[in-house]
Amino acid sequence: MAVLVLADHKDGAVTQPTRSTVAAASKLGEVHVLVAGPGAAAGAAAAAKLPGVTKVLTGGDGPVLAEPLAALLVALAPGYSHLLAPASAAGKNVMPRVAALLDVQILSDIAGVVDADTFVRPIYAGNAMATVKSSDAKKVITVRAASFDPVPAEGGSATVEAAPAAADPGLSSFLGAEIVKSERPELTAARIVISGGRAMANSENFKILEAVADKLGAAVGASRAAVDAGYAPNDMQVGQTGKIVAPELYIAVGISGAIQHLAGMKDSKVIVAINKDEEAPIFQVADYGLVADLFKAVPELEAELSK
Amino acid sequence: MKVLVPVKRVVDYNVKVRVKADGTGVETANVKMSMNPFDEIAVEEAVRLKEKGVATEIVAISAGPSAAQEQIRTALAMGADRGILVEHDGTLEPLAVAKILKAIVDKEGPALVILGKQAIDDDMNATGQMLAALLGWGQGTFASKVEKDGDNLKVTREVDGGLETVSLKLPAIVTTDLRLNEPRYASLPNIMKARKKPIETVKPGDLGVDVTPRLTVLKVEEPAKRQAGKKVGSVQELVEKLRTEAKVI
Ligand SMILES: Cc1cc2nc3c(=O)[nH]c(=O)nc-3n(C[C@H](O)[C@H](O)[C@H](O)COP(=O)(O)OP(=O)(O)OC[C@H]3O[C@@H](n4cnc5c(N)ncnc54)[C@H](O)[C@@H]3O)c2cc1C
Ligand SMILES: Nc1ncnc2c1ncn2[C@@H]1O[C@H](COP(=O)(O)O)[C@@H](O)[C@H]1O
Repeated sequence: MAVLVLADHKDGAVTQPTRSTVAAASKLGEVHVLVAGPGAAAGAAAAAKLPGVTKVLTGGDGPVLAEPLAALLVALAPGYSHLLAPASAAGKNVMPRVAALLDVQILSDIAGVVDADTFVRPIYAGNAMATVKSSDAKKVITVRAASFDPVPAEGGSATVEAAPAAADPGLSSFLGAEIVKSERPELTAARIVISGGRAMANSENFKILEAVADKLGAAVGASRAAVDAGYAPNDMQVGQTGKIVAPELYIAVGISGAIQHLAGMKDSKVIVAINKDEEAPIFQVADYGLVADLFKAVPELEAELSK
Repeated sequence: MKVLVPVKRVVDYNVKVRVKADGTGVETANVKMSMNPFDEIAVEEAVRLKEKGVATEIVAISAGPSAAQEQIRTALAMGADRGILVEHDGTLEPLAVAKILKAIVDKEGPALVILGKQAIDDDMNATGQMLAALLGWGQGTFASKVEKDGDNLKVTREVDGGLETVSLKLPAIVTTDLRLNEPRYASLPNIMKARKKPIETVKPGDLGVDVTPRLTVLKVEEPAKRQAGKKVGSVQELVEKLRTEAKVI
């Protein structure tokens, strides 16, 4: 039986976490992809090019709401052994609903595929990795993108067809969105991430991180403390309950290194910490630590990178 | 309207958990236990709705060992009116908890259930969505703002890219994100008063719910450990190392 991946897509491209999800799904069988929401047609055209994908289904192109989307996935479920989505805000919203409608226990945020029934997933903020075997006939899964190398964006040529319409249960309606526009790469796809913590002291100061980010082609992230204080938007939170990132280079600036923050970045290839407290726990995971005042070190870093 | 708030007993967020030597799980004996932080936010939101006159009664529910009474007491001290303990020793997966909660909802008839978005032990982020599915209700997950709007509930949600607002028909499910509110500390008089508030105890079987786990844990391991690296003396040295040693820039 084939497996179905629910795609996240934006501006006519599928997201990198979706390509990682396709990589995970490819270990389980022939991959079909469902693309729904605004811009679904363009997203479907992009999904059709992913290597390993043989069929793309398009859902409606109205706003994505959990209830009708779950109904659509449940209607498609009989044809699939596994239903997967990236563990993004969208995937985490809809997939548990699908699982319950199918009377299945969801496998959240898997970081490894052992076999068709057995998966590895982090628990306790990634301080333990559990290998779990599901006895459910069908598997509903969200995928930790940082744990799977994404398939390339090009190389495949799947057929595209419309998914059969499923009835909207009419339980909720979409009122609007405030999406932060950024020219920088997405946090979960960036090769380099530079994040600021409480020590940034205000949102204005994030500009010095942005200047470095622009030099490096990096995404900007933040600790929970920085987000709670309003220095950075919620979308930038890295950690156990925010975004999980594993870039080639992660630069933590004025971040102490709480377990919850480490949970979101400790699989990065190279970690740099800039902190004025040499005892800060972040240094225990950093490959390169610089004990310094960030307000001096970050502008210096920008200048040095310009050389 | 009546509001139900499920609260989970979990290892306190400050504890650095250890994997058991035999690989069967993590060490939970003699470890500080607390209410899941997202559930404190849920209780706080319910109490604020009551203070605004929107909520009429708040029922705190915990499924777990008898010691989970402590977390129900905490919710009562924060302002919940009564508690229900669904006593069960052993694993309760989100699907089982959702079935338990559905059985209680069927009896209690609340207009709103507010859950945490995620339990910080199993990191599932699932129970609220599953309960919404079983009840056939709308869901407003990862909420950073909740407002009653006539017969509907307006929920601002933290999503990838920013925020989104949805309107839910009541009854509905909300799950809390970190920015929804800052939970209060219970005052001593309120802690005293909470001792007199009633807690009813039931078993999953009394509710007609089968809680047999669907997942078998084959092993639990420590993740790969990172070694602390070296300190560099200057920004120049840092950039030099990133260029020539780590080769990441
Ligand atoms: C349920 C729950 C979920 C959570 N989820 C997350 C999550 O997903 N992500 C997350 O990040 N956190 C999360 N947290 C919060 C986490 O526990 C920490 O509180 C948070 O990560 C701390 O942020 P911080 O390091 O920026 O701030 P602090 O811990 O206050 O650290 C600030 C650091 O800046 C340094 N500093 C100060 N001034 C300067 C200067 N001028 N130059 C250089 N360094 C300086 C200090 O030495 C200190 O180390 C969660 C907590 C809970 C309870
Ligand atoms: N055993 C439980 N008892 C009460 N509430 C629970 C229990 N398990 C989960 N919940 C609720 O569901 C939320 C999400 O948990 P989870 O889906 O396990 O991440 C928690 O924040 C609680 O509000």
